[in-house]
Amino acid sequence: MSSSAAVKQAKVPGRRFPEWATGVLFVSPWIIGFLLFMALPIGLSFYYSLSDYTVLEPPIFVGTANYERLASDPVFWKVMRNTILYAAISIPVGTILALVIAALLNTNVKGLTFFRAAVFLPTLVPLVAAAMVWMWLFNGELGLINTALGFIGITGPNWLGDAAWVMPALIIMSLWSVGQAVVIYLAALQDVPTSLYEAADLDGMGVVRKFLNVTVPMISPVILFNVIMAIIAAWQVFAVPYIMLGDGVERAGYFYTMYLYDQAFRFLNMGAASAMAWVQLVIILALTGLTFIISKRAVHYRA
Amino acid sequence: MATVEAKNPIAKTALYAALIGISLVFALPLLWMVSTSLKPEAQTLTTPPRWLPDPVTDLPKNAIDNYVGRTAEGGEIVARGVLNDPVIDFPLYLRNTLIVAFLNVTGMVISSAVIAYGFARVKWRGRGVMFALVLATMMIPFPVLMAPLYVIFREFGWIGTFKPLWAPAWFGGAFQIFLLRQFYLTIPKELDEAARIDGCSHVGVFLRIILPLSKPALAVVALFQFIFVWNDFLGPLIFLQHRDQFTLALGLQLYQSQAGNVPWNLLMAASTLILLPVLILFVLTQRTFVEGIATQGLKE
Repeated sequence: MSSSAAVKQAKVPGRRFPEWATGVLFVSPWIIGFLLFMALPIGLSFYYSLSDYTVLEPPIFVGTANYERLASDPVFWKVMRNTILYAAISIPVGTILALVIAALLNTNVKGLTFFRAAVFLPTLVPLVAAAMVWMWLFNGELGLINTALGFIGITGPNWLGDAAWVMPALIIMSLWSVGQAVVIYLAALQDVPTSLYEAADLDGMGVVRKFLNVTVPMISPVILFNVIMAIIAAWQVFAVPYIMLGDGVERAGYFYTMYLYDQAFRFLNMGAASAMAWVQLVIILALTGLTFIISKRAVHYRA
Repeated sequence: MATVEAKNPIAKTALYAALIGISLVFALPLLWMVSTSLKPEAQTLTTPPRWLPDPVTDLPKNAIDNYVGRTAEGGEIVARGVLNDPVIDFPLYLRNTLIVAFLNVTGMVISSAVIAYGFARVKWRGRGVMFALVLATMMIPFPVLMAPLYVIFREFGWIGTFKPLWAPAWFGGAFQIFLLRQFYLTIPKELDEAARIDGCSHVGVFLRIILPLSKPALAVVALFQFIFVWNDFLGPLIFLQHRDQFTLALGLQLYQSQAGNVPWNLLMAASTLILLPVLILFVLTQRTFVEGIATQGLKE
């Protein structure tokens, strides 16, 4: 090893740079970007979260006042509740749906490419366009969904105009974009060794038991990763409810990031917005950690 | 291949029925969008809903009316369509989006390719820790950063320009760096070691060996980044200020909200237009797409 290094050293003429400097130099754009666009904003936002700051005038230190105001702000708790409710329903339902579709595709079906494309395509639709299409589908009087319900004798609700139905509507719409998870799960399923299924066949397992006892444990690391990414994504839900509802309809579709945005850019209250950002950061880190701990026993990592 | 076989003919029929049903449900919203965009306004309000305009032979005329619009020689609007609408300037928003996308995607591909080389091929102390930090930043969502980023960009004098939407891309992205590093690791090391012994520097190895062999991975990064920029709504909403700088996503929202009373057939035509380039890209590169998405599941 050392001799080959010596050979290399000797044979490379005019090498001015030591290896570590070369490495750091290659990586330096990321280091600069990290400091400027991530570390600095996170640090600044901690300082702002302890200040009164309207952007127009310099920040004034106020201690924990922003956090205390949030704790007693009913709108803050409303958006918190909405976001948690949305995540708590859409993530499990979406995960199960994605797994089922992936399992159906992981058979010897003809036309796999077509089916996969149909399911995946909605994830590419720009959110603004998706929001508009679903506003049209959910339209209380003329929407396709209520018309279809009418055919089977059900009078559909005024989905986006009725506070009780806003959340179900948004969750239904979220299921439309499980395609990304389907593609990831399908790739994971195709990696499960056939020998395991043959062994399960010998044990006389049925399709459902094979899926639950062989397939799910084998792809559990991928499921864990997807669930974590979905949790992080749920805290970022913005464009669709912002376009469809804003803070209207009794704030039934008012989400955490929407309130953060309004604090920062509508009310110019950078202090409150930064406090919300820190609360969000801590929650995401805690939830991710918790997901790891809970699933430590359940998740099966292949050697 | 570990595909499961359905042998029983009844099971097989049920499987196809389920898959066809699922595909239809997923495709329906987009089919309805296109269908609505090809109808005259009056026919969007009929019950029961129709999938095709009446008479069907009007379809090309409706398409021209709704998408392009018709303007008389004096400049008077005969048929209001998306492209001749007085409220929005679609061609301008398209131009803005393409400028931002070009600068952003170019920066992201070049910088991530360089950075990933530093993580895959150069040995230095702290490399492992630094790479773990790169992966950890994937967990930090943009909304957490957006308020202080606005303040920082304001200090730079960047608010109301395109810079906040593309300049940060020139410093690499965590997922892109990860993806390219994984790809570089699959390139046989003997190739660059031989070149190094022949006197090639790291820069030479990167430019002459790694980059040419990484074209497929670079294409994946470019493709994903383009789609991201094309679809991004929150970034332009925060950092752009004047209507004539709007990107398509922002322009479409303006069309829906501030213009008011825009009929559904026109909104659906505009939505179809903004989806079209993404759709074409997807059809042309479906395999690249699926493989790129699938590697996301391999992050551990």
